[in-house]
Amino acid sequence: MVLAFKRETFRDDYTFRNSPEAVRRFPFPFDADTYMYSVNIEPHVAGRKGSVFEHPIDIDEHYVSEMRDRALVLKNDPLRCQTLPHMDLAGWDLVELLMVSMSEAYPEHFLLERNGNDWHWVNRPLGIDDRFTFGVTSTLPYGPMEYITRQCQGDFCLLDQRDGNLWVDAGMVTTQADWSMDFDLGMNFFEWHAPVPLAHEKGVFERALKFLMQLRQGHPVRRFNWTMSSTPRLDTSPENYHKWGYERALITPENVSERLHLRVELQALWRLPRSNAVVFSIRCYLASMNDIVSVPKWGRRLHRVLRDVHPALAEYKGLTRYRQTAVDFLSKYDDGQETSPGIWPD
Amino acid sequence: MSRSAPIAVVVTAVEHVAQDIKRFSMQRADGQSLPHFSPGSHVTVEMPVPGGHKRNPYSLMGPLDDPHTYQISVLRVLQSRGGSQFMHDAVNVGDQLQISEPFNLFQPESIARRHILIAGGIGITPFMAMTQRFAAATIRFELHYAVRSRSRAAYADVLSAQIGSHVHFYCDDEGDVLDVRKILSGQPLGTHLYVCGPEGMIDAVLNAAREEGWPEEYLHCERFTAAPSGEPFDVRLVRSNLTVHVPANQTVLEAVEQAGVDAPCLCRGGACGQCETAIISHDGALIHNDHYLSDDDKASGEKIMICVSRLAAGTLTLDL
Repeated sequence: MVLAFKRETFRDDYTFRNSPEAVRRFPFPFDADTYMYSVNIEPHVAGRKGSVFEHPIDIDEHYVSEMRDRALVLKNDPLRCQTLPHMDLAGWDLVELLMVSMSEAYPEHFLLERNGNDWHWVNRPLGIDDRFTFGVTSTLPYGPMEYITRQCQGDFCLLDQRDGNLWVDAGMVTTQADWSMDFDLGMNFFEWHAPVPLAHEKGVFERALKFLMQLRQGHPVRRFNWTMSSTPRLDTSPENYHKWGYERALITPENVSERLHLRVELQALWRLPRSNAVVFSIRCYLASMNDIVSVPKWGRRLHRVLRDVHPALAEYKGLTRYRQTAVDFLSKYDDGQETSPGIWPD
Repeated sequence: MSRSAPIAVVVTAVEHVAQDIKRFSMQRADGQSLPHFSPGSHVTVEMPVPGGHKRNPYSLMGPLDDPHTYQISVLRVLQSRGGSQFMHDAVNVGDQLQISEPFNLFQPESIARRHILIAGGIGITPFMAMTQRFAAATIRFELHYAVRSRSRAAYADVLSAQIGSHVHFYCDDEGDVLDVRKILSGQPLGTHLYVCGPEGMIDAVLNAAREEGWPEEYLHCERFTAAPSGEPFDVRLVRSNLTVHVPANQTVLEAVEQAGVDAPCLCRGGACGQCETAIISHDGALIHNDHYLSDDDKASGEKIMICVSRLAAGTLTLDL
């Protein structure tokens, strides 16, 4: 499939927009009219054609602009990408996973040729044509993880498995919902998730960790997470809170439909072959309230989810300031009809 | 997580490497490359043995740099369910086998300052890949390899030639004794200990390390517990609404798989905990052979690890 890549911004003048096609393939995360944490993990297998599940790594119309935004974030703050020394091999595993997946799914845009350890990688949208020796970091312009994740949508963490736990020992994190790779680097699964309310008490993390430690090569899994954003800013980081935190207070009944965005994370996890590390990818999708209500089922359902969401979750996700404004807007699109099961539009 | 689709492989070499030990090399039947694997990984080999199929786990020895070939080593065990004898007597070059994807339950600690590897006999196999990785990455390690006699010392020549300065050999019948306390003394902080070999050796090494004050998280072992045989009995699977006969030389897990039930499992050695199954009732004595359940769990009669444990006789009713 040949993609037409848009030129747009995720900061300053915020020219980000979804095309009608992008709205139709938006991964609406709610399969029911209510939401609570659960271990909502399913196999990451190929899904509907044209959907974000069609390929293991989804590349879309925002690719080039998102990579440009990532480069800007890194230029201002190189610590958004960090690798502890023992994660170098896992970084190479990630190079293989992403290059193979991207070139197989989008041969018009990406090419990978391999002859033993001599690799040739062509990224046409970004104008990259590199030859390197697999496993030899000095043959790349960056470390392996940084090199490939500068060319792939989504944040990526590499988790080392040891001592009955998973440790977030490397990561490229520039499109995050208010958490910091620099702060979390080296934490284990429970430390990393410590701020999440309610889920610990439900035993969600014990079960999730047990499950992920048994993750098998070739059998990746995925789940959704979600929050909201008062602009289509990708980099809502704690480091830059002063640049975006106040924007939450600027949501009004007049601008809510355009400014407020549902922010969905498609999270996927893979076991890596050589290192036995686990990749945790967090791919962010944004849709404005206008985008959402263009699908009647989604408008009805998001109204009900937001109206009834647990206050602790609303607070943790940072929704409190504008939740009522959003609910008021969405209520106009909720005629009280029943919604069909599942996430897809009717 | 349940077992995944097996990989069809062709045996490309069978070599007699020591007394009662054969090395099997295999490649994918379709000519494609095999998945890369991390040192410490094992695969499960399916064996179409008369009287019911068997699945045994074997460590992947290498090579780490050739994605077309896997090598495993098999010790012939006479008092067993027949899997190793099948491998020794019936598997030849050109034969096809089904293996699982690699899975790692014995991964070297990535942040260790130094690794001490202690192998007894066939327990050398997981360390073959580990030492390749350590040597290539100049990671500090030492290997202590104990055998009953020189004729049983598989790969001693290869190890001497490739990483000789890191290896210490001990032959029982020549009076060499592996002195665990001596090995452990004077090791720098951040040293991790790994042991693989017979049950008694693993316990002796781990106990010595504990007595020397080594913290539990620095001690690692892989137990090559072959699932023991026993008397035949029946298993009733409530959720699947099936009754399955378990012959003397098959495990509950193998019998259940043969009946088409996809039961979760990983190590097949009673260690990983994946196949823990709730018991609804049993009318014979339970024989727990695993290393996973606590003594209280075993005494409760409510749980069983179906990869190695069984019933003395009668019918076992499981929530499966």
